[in-house]
Amino acid sequence: MENLLSIEKSQSGRRGVRFEKTAKHDYLPSDVLRTSAPKLPEMSEFDTVRHFTRLSQQNYSLDGQFYPLGSCTMKYNPKAYDVLSVLEPFANAHPFAPESAVQGTLRVMYELQELLKEITGLSAFTLQPAAGAHGELTGILTVRAYHDAHKNSSRTEVIVPDTAHGTNPATANMAGYTVVNIKSAADGCVDKQALQAALSDKTAAVMLTVPNTVGLFEKDIREIADMVHKAGALLYMDGANFNALIGLAKPADFGVDVMHLNLHKTFAAPHGGGGPGSGPVGAAKHVAPFLPKPIVEKKDGKYTLLGEMPQSLGKMKAFYGNIAVVLRGYCYLRQFDAATLKNIAEKAILNANYVRAKLKGKFDAFFDVNCMHECVLSIDPAKMNGVHTADVAKRLLDYGFYAPTIYFPLIVPEAMMIEPTETESKETLDAFVGALEKIYDEIFANPQLVHDAPHTQPVSRIDEVSAARQPNLRW
Amino acid sequence: MFTPHTKQDEQEMLAAVGVSSVKELLNKIPADLLYPNYHLPAALTEQQLTAHLHALAAENKPLKNFIGAGMYRHFIPAAVPALSGRGEFLTAYTPYQAEASQGTLQTIYEFQSCICALFDMDVATASHYDGATALAEAVLAAHRVTGREEVIVSSLLHPHYKEVLATYTRHSAVRLTEAKPTSEGTLDVQALKNQVSDKTACVVISTPNFLGYVEQAGEISKIAHEKGALLVAQVNPLSLGLLQTPGSYDADFAVAEGQPLGNPVSFGGPGLGIMTAKKAYMRQLPGRMVGIAKDKNGKRAFVLTLQAREQHIRREKAASNICSNEAICALNAVIYLTLLGPQGLKEVAELNVERAHQLAEKINKVKGFKVLSVAPFFNEFVVTCPVPASEVIEKLAAKGIGAGYDLGQTCEQMKNALLVCATELSTPEDISAYISALEEI
Repeated sequence: MENLLSIEKSQSGRRGVRFEKTAKHDYLPSDVLRTSAPKLPEMSEFDTVRHFTRLSQQNYSLDGQFYPLGSCTMKYNPKAYDVLSVLEPFANAHPFAPESAVQGTLRVMYELQELLKEITGLSAFTLQPAAGAHGELTGILTVRAYHDAHKNSSRTEVIVPDTAHGTNPATANMAGYTVVNIKSAADGCVDKQALQAALSDKTAAVMLTVPNTVGLFEKDIREIADMVHKAGALLYMDGANFNALIGLAKPADFGVDVMHLNLHKTFAAPHGGGGPGSGPVGAAKHVAPFLPKPIVEKKDGKYTLLGEMPQSLGKMKAFYGNIAVVLRGYCYLRQFDAATLKNIAEKAILNANYVRAKLKGKFDAFFDVNCMHECVLSIDPAKMNGVHTADVAKRLLDYGFYAPTIYFPLIVPEAMMIEPTETESKETLDAFVGALEKIYDEIFANPQLVHDAPHTQPVSRIDEVSAARQPNLRW
Repeated sequence: MFTPHTKQDEQEMLAAVGVSSVKELLNKIPADLLYPNYHLPAALTEQQLTAHLHALAAENKPLKNFIGAGMYRHFIPAAVPALSGRGEFLTAYTPYQAEASQGTLQTIYEFQSCICALFDMDVATASHYDGATALAEAVLAAHRVTGREEVIVSSLLHPHYKEVLATYTRHSAVRLTEAKPTSEGTLDVQALKNQVSDKTACVVISTPNFLGYVEQAGEISKIAHEKGALLVAQVNPLSLGLLQTPGSYDADFAVAEGQPLGNPVSFGGPGLGIMTAKKAYMRQLPGRMVGIAKDKNGKRAFVLTLQAREQHIRREKAASNICSNEAICALNAVIYLTLLGPQGLKEVAELNVERAHQLAEKINKVKGFKVLSVAPFFNEFVVTCPVPASEVIEKLAAKGIGAGYDLGQTCEQMKNALLVCATELSTPEDISAYISALEEI
């Protein structure tokens, strides 16, 4: 049965909320008023509750299913944070309220800045960016402000290895830089010769994802940092994969100048079907003055946003950041001490390697070495009865698992990127491996079954091409 | 514990991997970088964490709030957070596997549809970070569409939006210039007419503007279009329950901060960037969009579409790097709009107008205070005070009242000017308290 749209359930005159009556008045002249009512659904509160509850049930979610999405760090989102991040005094705090009335919120922000500094070793953090990609843009604009202040306008290029996150090139372009892509070495890490050849007095920054998108730590990270700095450029670290390093190592020790973190990945804030996220950006001492303003400071025992930042790049969004998400990140870091954070990273790494090892011989890792928090498998359709990665992904849905990230990173053919995270138990991983083993058998026994998957979802495979050709984006 | 592994699990898993400890898996990390010292506070139990967060929350003081300035406190029906907070929505990822994400995808389609209906615009995206970044991205799109570089921005745009626009356009060919205001708190339309030329990519207006007043959007739209420039309008979405729509005055792009639609102010974030456009610019829009498609059995299905514009396909040639947006805030907005419907939305808008005008009338009667009220306003307006606005704010804060936004922060000549907002949450009792406090100044 098809799901009806709310507008298809609409009945004239029905409604879910009513407000106090107003008196008849003519405060506004008629020429500024709208002339026809908007076509919004007319539904009772109960209709609305049924409608959206039903829609929620047509979703895979982390609360319901294992969600092994590589690069996305789908770890459990503790229920306490759902409650604590929206306590009324936090939810009702107005961004322009007198600072004396919002000391609690400002203190949370300040303390999270301090905690993030401690776990990365960097000198300053801004909580302003609204998401990971927004953090990247913030970081690269910070780099640009740094170079501009040093009268270094001839630096027009940003080097991005092919194992970086997909947003990195678009980010550099938005900041007005020319992107120089470099290929990785055969071991999946940065090719130092290629990097050296690309570095010049035109290089503004190198954007490195650590661990990179094939799940490997950049073993030459310090040498790379030296090369970058020698060329007069800055090292930007995409910290979306920081779950592999939290409690194990500090990016400042690698020689990183600027980096972003994703509170909605490493720090257990939920993804919300696509946001809101939060992408704090940290900077080493020499770059810190160029971060967006304002940053929370502590003066005479009070927390304030009024500090001067004369060299700041400006503002990246209105107000101060996604504070409700910042509150969740703060809760996370207060619930775990250093030993626990180390255990979290180690278990994330163990889980990824366990899945990789158990699947070996059926679904092999593209780089057959120990990985960090995620493993990247590759399928050869010629040896798999014509079955492609997309087919395996769709078939996994039938077994009650969300699909891994597929066809990314681009350097791995038919990639299937699996990040279990530390919060999944061995039983779940065994069940997931078991499902993939069954699919492997199906590929040879009944490949059509896999080609035609999914069979159990609200809809079967969708014709995405026709959707783009004749877009229907609204009622 | 956050990790479920028993000792036995760990041993079996290490054996399966073929190592004796996790440390062996970290052999690519130089040894001297591993296991640095951390100075972190002791771990709190959930019970301790709960007490700690309640104590921090208590450090915020509740205010009778008359502050708006871009973030507005409104009544949020209980069904909104009850539904959007369901784990099935909250803990899902971006709906890349469409077959297993039809719920999220349909809510986004319904959000886009409700927003198009509310704004009278052809297309809307799934959302942006906030109103300011949506505006900046719309301006960059207008620049791409027209190939022109000059952007004329209302001087009565929110100061944070101006700063974000400057950040986003600094490294592009866009040149920003300001359109002047009159003393009536709206744009000087005649001056604007002389300013717009065939070099102008777009005119950016804010209506109601930062001071709360409704602009002559139709006039301004004509002036822009006569020179081949586009109109980018930034609006308050709740005001559209009553006020003229961007589509009605032929805006090319219309953007908004969607927070007033069912989202708390939350110290300014998360917000909800709303981005709409005419159909002709659909493929110039940055960010995700959901469309209707058919599955292979011909059944209606929802899917992320027009992805060829986006960063994961076009890499450095993409219009924007945006991927995560504000999906749950958009979900709050669509649930809110579904609950209210056209009638409820009109009522809440009317209630805002009534409360704001009642407050304005009463303030005008307080000696020394004067409301600027030449142009029409929705739920916010400017009050000239007998003393600096900062002083009024401080005195009222001591009485538990958020008096408004100090316009002296934006320019020295306005140091006695206070931006005051009333919504349906401003009860007659709160308004009386506000007036009594002003009378004591």
